[in-house]
Amino acid sequence: MQLVVDPVRHTTSPLVTGGSVIGIKCSDGVVIAADTLASYGSLARFQNFSRLLKVTDSCLLGGGGEISDFQEIQRLLENLTTQDFCFNDEHKKSPRSLHQYLGRVLYAQRSRLNPFWNSLIVGGYVQSQSFLGMVDLYGTTFESEVLASGFGVLLGLPLLRKAYRPDLTVQEGIKIVEEVYRVLFYRDARSINRIQVATATVDGVTISEPYSLETKWDFKGFVNPRSTYDESTW
Amino acid sequence: MWKESSVVATMASLQRPDFMPYQNNGGTVVAIGGEDYCIVSATTRLGLGFAIPTRNVCRYSILNNRVVLATAGMFADTATLHKVIKARVKIYEEQQDKPFGLHSAAQLLSNTLYYRRFFPYYTFNVLGGLDEDGQGFVYGFDAIGSGEKVKVVCNGTGQALIQPILDNQVEKKQQYENKQITKLSLQEAVDLIKDVFTSAGERDIYTGDAIDICIITKEKGVLVETFQLKQD
Repeated sequence: MQLVVDPVRHTTSPLVTGGSVIGIKCSDGVVIAADTLASYGSLARFQNFSRLLKVTDSCLLGGGGEISDFQEIQRLLENLTTQDFCFNDEHKKSPRSLHQYLGRVLYAQRSRLNPFWNSLIVGGYVQSQSFLGMVDLYGTTFESEVLASGFGVLLGLPLLRKAYRPDLTVQEGIKIVEEVYRVLFYRDARSINRIQVATATVDGVTISEPYSLETKWDFKGFVNPRSTYDESTW
Repeated sequence: MWKESSVVATMASLQRPDFMPYQNNGGTVVAIGGEDYCIVSATTRLGLGFAIPTRNVCRYSILNNRVVLATAGMFADTATLHKVIKARVKIYEEQQDKPFGLHSAAQLLSNTLYYRRFFPYYTFNVLGGLDEDGQGFVYGFDAIGSGEKVKVVCNGTGQALIQPILDNQVEKKQQYENKQITKLSLQEAVDLIKDVFTSAGERDIYTGDAIDICIITKEKGVLVETFQLKQD
């Protein structure tokens, strides 16, 4: 009789997860933001967890989805940048290369039916050019002026598309992203009103300390929610 | 024996739900082969369920100055397949010092797809270009490499909406009365493609935003133009 032994698998369903990541391309750089919550199912388990990462002096990564997989990806990128450093030839991976690299890694993992359960947003600013790209757990890679993952695709993307202009500055971008996270916090139950905003500009990469967003709960619709049987759809 | 292993399989599936490795990103691709031209076109919308993660992706690859490949279906598989095909074409052209022909590309594509018969690329391809005589031909393939050489083909989510119109207007099939068969000029073919995509965009949520139209002629090689569709 043949004994069926499954190979070692890590994540085929996520346990500790991060929520939406959001990115917007600006004329003088890119902005990527994430809230600081790492949920354990519906439990708000880790409330001060950073999901933003500086990869190189010009490249940023934001991650949603399974946190342990994100940390593994973090280790892969560390190896990659360490190798670049050891060559000692001043060459560094461009944001576009890293985006494509992550795409191949996630595609390879999904092809082994053992995916890295993440949505990743890669941002960078090299030679006066902004870069913003996304990778999902299937290895789908694409670039866009505005990007969102998770619940942010449904609630955030329309707001980002409305607010986007090619001549946006990073300062304006940060304001837009904050507004989107405020909206997400009101409706996405797996979010928190504590965010980090990262930018890649000509001055390099900066990741802000976590800070709380002001919220307002005395809107009429929040104080007196209409019943299901009114004309309300929500 | 069968019984025991199936018990083990059930146990495993109780422990964790199986990961589904496929995703449908939609998209429609159309190709028309004319007397002295070929047109290959693809939508740029990346759809996912009821959302549009982005409106501007590239679903075609220019393999050389007379062959273009366009693909609908899962976008991660599309990108991978295009990488594989482009690499194989490049290696061939470097080693043999001659351009990769249309019919060779069709065979390569078919073999590449069938090689993954039991874990297919979830892609629906059209391949268009000029043959040795400069005549336009197109190929349509399913996800596992079955395909045929035709004059006009549509693949992807808009296939059922577009293919019958192309059969009628390009191949003059199912005409009420036997009309005189006139071959479409390049401009007429481009206009037809713009029309069918615009119409498909009204009914198919995965078709919209824009199309890339690759026009292949002997004189000018591959020219690409973009035509905007509705963004709703």
